[in-house]
Amino acid sequence: MTGEYRLAEGGRINRDRPVRFRFDGHEYEGFDGDTLASALLANGVHQVGTSIRYGRPRGIASAGPEEPNALVQIEEPFPEPMLTATTVALHDGLVASSLPGQGRLATDPDPARYDAINAHCDVLVVGAGPAGLAAALSAARSGARVIIADSDTEFGGSLLGSDEELDHAPAGRWIDRVTAELRATPEVTVLPRTTVFGCYDDNYLVAVEHRGEDTFTRQRTWHVRAREVVLATGSHERPLVFPGNDRPGTMLAGSARTYVHRYGVLPGHRAVAFTTNDSAYAAAVDLHDAGVEIAAVVDVRPVATTLWTARCVERGIQILTNCAVTGTSGTDRVSGAQISPVPSGDSAPTVASELDCDLLLVSGGWNPAVHLHSQARGTVRYSEEICALVPDRATRGVRTVGAAAGTFTTGECLRTGSEAGSAAARATGFDADPAEVPSSPSGPVTPPQPTWLLPGLSADSDHDQFVDLARDATVADVRKAVGAGMSSVEHIKRFTTIGTAHDQGKTSGLLSSGVIAELLGVEVAQVGATTFRPPYAPVAFAALAGRDRGDLYDPIRVTAMHDWHLAQQCPFENVGQWKRPWYYPRPGEDMDSAVLRECHAVRTGVGMQDVSTLGKIDVQGPDAAEFLDLVYTNKMSTLKVGRIRYGLMCHADGMVFDDGTVMRTDEHRYLISTTSGGAAGVLEWLEDWLQTEWPHLRVHLTSVTEHWATIALAGPRSRDVLARVTSDIDLAADAFPFMSWTDGTVAGRAARVCRISFSGELAFEINVPWWHGREVWDALYEAGSDLDITPYGTETMHVLRAEKGFPIVGQDTDGTVTPHDLGMSWAVSKKKDDFLGMRSFSRADTVRSDRKHLVGLLPPADSAVVPEGTQLVELSELPEPPVPMLGHITSSYRSAALDRPFALALVKSGRDRIGQTVYGHVGDRLVPVEITEPVFYDKEGNRRDG
Amino acid sequence: MMLIPCPWCGPRNETEFHYGGQADVPYPAEPQELSDVEWARFLFYRANPKGLFSERWNHQAGCRRWFTVRRDTTTNEIFQDDSHEAVTR
Ligand SMILES: [Zn+2]
Repeated sequence: MTGEYRLAEGGRINRDRPVRFRFDGHEYEGFDGDTLASALLANGVHQVGTSIRYGRPRGIASAGPEEPNALVQIEEPFPEPMLTATTVALHDGLVASSLPGQGRLATDPDPARYDAINAHCDVLVVGAGPAGLAAALSAARSGARVIIADSDTEFGGSLLGSDEELDHAPAGRWIDRVTAELRATPEVTVLPRTTVFGCYDDNYLVAVEHRGEDTFTRQRTWHVRAREVVLATGSHERPLVFPGNDRPGTMLAGSARTYVHRYGVLPGHRAVAFTTNDSAYAAAVDLHDAGVEIAAVVDVRPVATTLWTARCVERGIQILTNCAVTGTSGTDRVSGAQISPVPSGDSAPTVASELDCDLLLVSGGWNPAVHLHSQARGTVRYSEEICALVPDRATRGVRTVGAAAGTFTTGECLRTGSEAGSAAARATGFDADPAEVPSSPSGPVTPPQPTWLLPGLSADSDHDQFVDLARDATVADVRKAVGAGMSSVEHIKRFTTIGTAHDQGKTSGLLSSGVIAELLGVEVAQVGATTFRPPYAPVAFAALAGRDRGDLYDPIRVTAMHDWHLAQQCPFENVGQWKRPWYYPRPGEDMDSAVLRECHAVRTGVGMQDVSTLGKIDVQGPDAAEFLDLVYTNKMSTLKVGRIRYGLMCHADGMVFDDGTVMRTDEHRYLISTTSGGAAGVLEWLEDWLQTEWPHLRVHLTSVTEHWATIALAGPRSRDVLARVTSDIDLAADAFPFMSWTDGTVAGRAARVCRISFSGELAFEINVPWWHGREVWDALYEAGSDLDITPYGTETMHVLRAEKGFPIVGQDTDGTVTPHDLGMSWAVSKKKDDFLGMRSFSRADTVRSDRKHLVGLLPPADSAVVPEGTQLVELSELPEPPVPMLGHITSSYRSAALDRPFALALVKSGRDRIGQTVYGHVGDRLVPVEITEPVFYDKEGNRRDG
Repeated sequence: MMLIPCPWCGPRNETEFHYGGQADVPYPAEPQELSDVEWARFLFYRANPKGLFSERWNHQAGCRRWFTVRRDTTTNEIFQDDSHEAVTR
């Protein structure tokens, strides 16, 4: 396919492989090797959308990731929002549409696979233009482990968009040779289509590799830890600010050159080039040679350079020096440019001529891509010489070379790249020399003339002079910000939103600094630039998530009995990473009725619960008793072997942070339990004190949570059930008293059985090695079948413990609650010299009489359950705000035993208010609730022995 | 992502560690002898310098050891001068 916009030959596209695609409902054809943008241009399509605020037509403005306009929504093969047409590789079946503003996420799950890979290397080279390739070659030849990554589909960088020669041959030959050598070097990883988008501490860089639609993994995120980094990230051309600078057909000059050389595409037929520097001349000359008529090169400088003047004269290209484009005409596409002599002072420009054109090339100079350098905490400075930010002080192990460092001639890029590559390899201990580089004919580059705002234009034109095309922000917006008194570029960025779009200000960032400087009448260096933050280019969340989604999002911990629970089709509650059965509904039951049935069974018959998830820590050593005395509020050294004690742990500030039981299993050995979610935190906490404060204590800690599967057997008939499966344990209350443990055989397996109860009923906790957990569970279930043994879940466990006033740490406490607040002064030793939290119990704040206490609440017997979290107030009618709050409900359920709703709450001076009525604020109603003791059931504790 | 030198395991990714705040804030020898003000100072007051800072880390997803490093809070550069000593003292 050739047409009026596709050259008959040339470019790096594969003309043997035509590609059909759809854009905005129209069928088009391009070639393999095209981007969506180059294929659209080849079909004469310039406008690819409308702008976000003003709905103005916008066209393709660049040929790379700096594109501010050409946002597209991919529809097929899979919906993806907000990609730039200039970076979408054309492929068969691509369907895309223009995107004014926000994109649309897919509603279906993405069927593609995304993955992550970790890599370590000696030298990471970012960018595979002349500097990057030379750097990689030098480093690779020394034997260093090298990774070279480049966003583009092929290596070569700026060389791909020009007809430059190296060693008197097309540059492509050198690129191919170097790339082949790198690929053939065993320690080198070559990554095209890979955008390094983040540079973090200690040379940790993150990249996303676009592997294509037909690969096993669509995108892969690389996590690279590099000893040395060479940044050869190139530069982005800067547009110019003038009235009407947003019309489709306005394009960065270098990008137009790229379309000609790389894609064989003419972006227009008659062009005006508006420039402040030499580089647009190269574009004008190359476009002319490719068949584009050049109406004029409009140069703001008073004199053009001799070399380019000569080349233009040869071709009959007119140069208008000391001139500027001060307006454009056209509707959906530029049709003409108004040319004026550069006005001086405040005099308004006079339009000297209007030139017809369908393409307006612009070049305001080049911004080194200092993003990664800056992300790595390198500093930047404004260079008066090139009118752009350049790297200043670099972070250890990070080098920037080539155009990214403000070096714009190919020869210098090659030389400095080669040197940086060998220096980086040397820094990692390899004997590296700079690789020889090919000769380049490119001459010196004269600096641009700083041009931010054209003088003399009327204020009316401010609204037509776009600073950030992606955000539709104009000179008027900047003027408004400055007029409001803002002078910091960070403030103006947030006020105008300049630089906050998908492109993160690649073309608009420094431009806005220049405009601000002009409006404030200060130097650009004084204004500076906003912070460069990752990601350098947009990254799909799917790529960041990789395989860590769905079942693999987070580890799932299940118990030995999990399959049994699954077979009951019970819903699970997530407790940390654990899956715990929530309740076991029978056919036709909802949660409320299932929980009432389970509670009733435990209070009147027998129930069983899988409590394996409780954290368990084995504490061993001659000083174990002394250690536990220091970390629990009560005394554990006096515990006899064979006995069990409930214990509270507090932080040094006296606030409860975990609780559980302590079993003394030997003179020098304890087994302590923690809450299911708190196990890891408790172990870390204990290790902290052991290692850093009390290293003299001879104590060792081991997590044994997964060693023991634990079954709670609870209810007045629990002894009967256990008796059927054990013969060597005397289960009588006096032989096996409450809060003791014994070893024995349960269902033929060695077991450690405890008399612990979290429900107030007679109960046993049977611990067996994890491997036997399911077997013993089955045996107990079988043994209790004629007694209608009832498995119960966490919800029933919560109701039963709440009826007994047992708090759940983390539900009834929140890190601001002392043992005394919980009414558990009995668990705080008065005999110990010290323990963690002790000193805090006499602080002025902890002895206040108006602290919140854990109390019981009784709503009216026939009312609904009052939601957890409900705020409590004093009066039956709300006064004017602010309304004083007394506290809130922490646990709230319906009780089968009491046949009414009840709750636990933290209430100011709660214990002094017992008997009083306060009010819960539910929706727009106030529900009266009576404050009670927190123990609702069997206050005397008569039921624990059965 | 910082590379944190565990004195036992060597340099490892930051995500394996848990931060422990300012180092060398010893638990008072006789807490009961302290005034409320002195005790509050131990409980709640910590330095937050711009620059070098001695701080504690726990290799939670590794060897479980607590150790001390000095870190420049402006650059995240870590100096491994006294970490081993801090663990074994
Ligand atoms: Zn370690």
